[in-house]
Amino acid sequence: MKLDSKVPEGPLAEKWTRHKFNLKLVNPANKRKYEVIVVGTGLAGASAAATLAELGYNVKAFCFQDSPRRAHSIAAQGGINAAKNYQNDGDSVYRLFYDTIKGGDYRAREANVYRLAEVSVNIIDQCVAQGVPFAREYGGLLANRSFGGAQVSRTFYARGQTGQQLLLGAYSAMSRQIAAGKIKMYPRTEMLELVVHDGKARGIITRNLITGKIERHSAHAVLLCTGGYGNVYYLSTNAMGSNATAIWRAHKKGAFFGNPCFTQIHPTCIPVSGDHQSKLTLMSESLRNDGRVWVPKKVGDTRPPHEIPEEERDYFLERKYPSFGNLVPRDVASRNVKYVCDEGRGVGASKMAVYLDFADAIKRDGIDVIRAKYGNLFDIYEKITGEDPYKTPMRIYPAVHYTMGGLWVDYNLMTTIPGLFALGEANFSDHGANRLGASALMQGLADGYFIIPYTLGDYLATIGWNDRISTDHPAFAEAEQEVKDRIGTLLGINGKKTVDQFHKELGKIMWDYCGMSRNAEGLKGAKEKIRQLREEYWQNVRVGGTNEELNITLEKALRVADFLELGELMVDDALHREESCGGHFREEYQTPDGEALRNDEKFAYVAAWEYKGPNQPHQLHKEELIFENVKLTQRSYK
Amino acid sequence: MNFTLKVWRQKNAQSKGEFKTYHVKDISPDMSFLEMFDVLNEELLLKGEDPIAFDHDCREGICGMCSMYINGHPHGPGQTTTCQLHMRMFKDGETIVVEPWRAKPFPVIKDLVVDRSAFDRIIQAGGYISVNTGSAPDANEIPIPKEVAEAAFNAATCIGCGACVAACKNASAMLFVAAKVAHLALLPQGQPERKRRVERMVAQMDAEGFGACTNTGACAAECPKEISLANIALLNREYLAAKLTSEYV
Repeated sequence: MKLDSKVPEGPLAEKWTRHKFNLKLVNPANKRKYEVIVVGTGLAGASAAATLAELGYNVKAFCFQDSPRRAHSIAAQGGINAAKNYQNDGDSVYRLFYDTIKGGDYRAREANVYRLAEVSVNIIDQCVAQGVPFAREYGGLLANRSFGGAQVSRTFYARGQTGQQLLLGAYSAMSRQIAAGKIKMYPRTEMLELVVHDGKARGIITRNLITGKIERHSAHAVLLCTGGYGNVYYLSTNAMGSNATAIWRAHKKGAFFGNPCFTQIHPTCIPVSGDHQSKLTLMSESLRNDGRVWVPKKVGDTRPPHEIPEEERDYFLERKYPSFGNLVPRDVASRNVKYVCDEGRGVGASKMAVYLDFADAIKRDGIDVIRAKYGNLFDIYEKITGEDPYKTPMRIYPAVHYTMGGLWVDYNLMTTIPGLFALGEANFSDHGANRLGASALMQGLADGYFIIPYTLGDYLATIGWNDRISTDHPAFAEAEQEVKDRIGTLLGINGKKTVDQFHKELGKIMWDYCGMSRNAEGLKGAKEKIRQLREEYWQNVRVGGTNEELNITLEKALRVADFLELGELMVDDALHREESCGGHFREEYQTPDGEALRNDEKFAYVAAWEYKGPNQPHQLHKEELIFENVKLTQRSYK
Repeated sequence: MNFTLKVWRQKNAQSKGEFKTYHVKDISPDMSFLEMFDVLNEELLLKGEDPIAFDHDCREGICGMCSMYINGHPHGPGQTTTCQLHMRMFKDGETIVVEPWRAKPFPVIKDLVVDRSAFDRIIQAGGYISVNTGSAPDANEIPIPKEVAEAAFNAATCIGCGACVAACKNASAMLFVAAKVAHLALLPQGQPERKRRVERMVAQMDAEGFGACTNTGACAAECPKEISLANIALLNREYLAAKLTSEYV
């Protein structure tokens, strides 16, 4: 099978406009004859469900939480980028496009990224109209701040709760359509299988998390908006329930997986405090606007921070990257934090942390200004650590945060299974090998509000409303049986180790060998370790209880079973990509001063992996990336 | 640290529940309350007992999914969510009583898990601005004074956890409804539907069986996001104005 990205012809700036004109339309009266399944209700899912329902389609939406308002987009703190150029500082659609392509270390598709930058301006308009209370200047107009990897101020924000406010906006739009009867909402329901027949996505199999009932849902198209797979690492900034089951099940049914090894390690998270730790908490990148990152110059300096004089501090990001300073992109910042800690210059009890210091900013702007900007983040930090960041510098360390990889999609956001689409973090498309801050919210909403409503229409118009199978079809029965068998097997093992124990072991393997830096030897060993762990899992995991009840262990067990397979594919991908780019840092491939060294001749492609059956190696397909507008250069933030 | 826990166990919505006593040992003061429950659940699982079901997701105090009524307070001592409550807030050796939210409109599903879908239905009744995707004017065409945007934001930070209802002796949802009504009534975008919105949301709140407000202020005192009681005054004003004036004035 040859991958066709379906990128339209024509000059970059006109591609999306031309494409929209060429896409087929479904006339208003016919839209109500179509049914669309949306899995996940984060920014991508909620915005897609609401918009499709507004257009007249019948939508069924699913989430595993008790309410669609709780999806993990809610936790995004810092902001959302848009090329509004309200600050008159030289921003433009082209500059946002350029920054995003460069920030992604030239491993994303030009046309997709340009489109993203283009619709970014509409997102802000839409959200303001919904009542999202973005920060404003005294004159009443919208305020902006800067984020990593950009030299303009284009990030819109709502204090440190931008994701929450944007999600509540999308949730309210969705609520309106639920009331109108155009969306049927299924909370506390988890997708466990995709139904494919005649090569097309036809529906899903779900489990009701309260009753355990396995149910069939048929539709003309299925949209997976289920977020990323950072929880493969056990510890991450993802929510406890965030999982890869929907995309992994789809992958095993034929959807190619793009760039699985591209994971983002966020530089500023609260460090791990002990083995009991269940998740990591992010401290927004926006803090790097005012906070200065430093460690002692001396190895093994155990003095408290206020006793270390200015000349004995190493503000290593400012020193190494004078033009971007503390606002270098995430991959660069994380790697440098790792370096100084590896040198033994880390701080705090574990020595696995660096300082993020606000003393200068407080001196310059006053404590009230800093409180107004970051008050809620400082409160979170104090609650978790018991330390007051107004008085003593924060301690931070990198943590798994986002996955740039995901299901491979074409320009229409359709996967390699016709009728199956992937939106937001669940797809691989726009961030290349490293995502810039404040771009995840932008992408989720771009996909849901402004892209899928056009591209889905084209697919539906092409197949026609009769092209659908009923839930009585054998394809549904078969998929349902697969789910029931999997659940039965897990419940029947009754082994000696808990699901969490396995998950923690997997997480450690992934963090140690497929984390911030990777090498061939480590990756090869990790592959073997994951295989052994997976084998043990299916013989020795303890689940307990039955299917026909609210069973929190069974929910986890199904998710971890999928992580144990996905982890191996991530390792395979990391091993095959013999270059360093963005978040993927292979120790064998670096410049003399320790920066990522790409190999554009060999690896300027998307690695799209095809599942070939149990215990079969995946097959690699390559989508060559063609750069007609930007010149590939060594990324420099110096 | 060591603790004795008295936890509400209830198999499902139909069955009768009861308190059960558990002992947890070697708990780090840096653990969150939920991480302490993780430790207990691992032990229960290995002993062949049913782990305690509780709602949780983001574990950073923003999704609103965690609940738990701890020692007589929703989310335990202090204005926080349960996931952001740390064991250093308790005394070593203390007995801690943990119950689900107690309110008729929030029926227990299992153990500490309750059904809060009534909140979703209140939002569906009118907690939105009716604007279809694609029809919005430029974002800077509507200047909004900074103070107004801030006030709207303060109300909009509600996470819909239901602590206000659990804290209230009448199981009133006024603070939750007031927060959404205030958020949208303060903004110019919210004006066209202002009256309709408050009428419908209040009607739905009543239909769900939430109790009346007697201004004790327990809701605001327990709210993890510090939603102000002044919002309830605003809600009352909005409701009265909607009822007293004609549809067009």
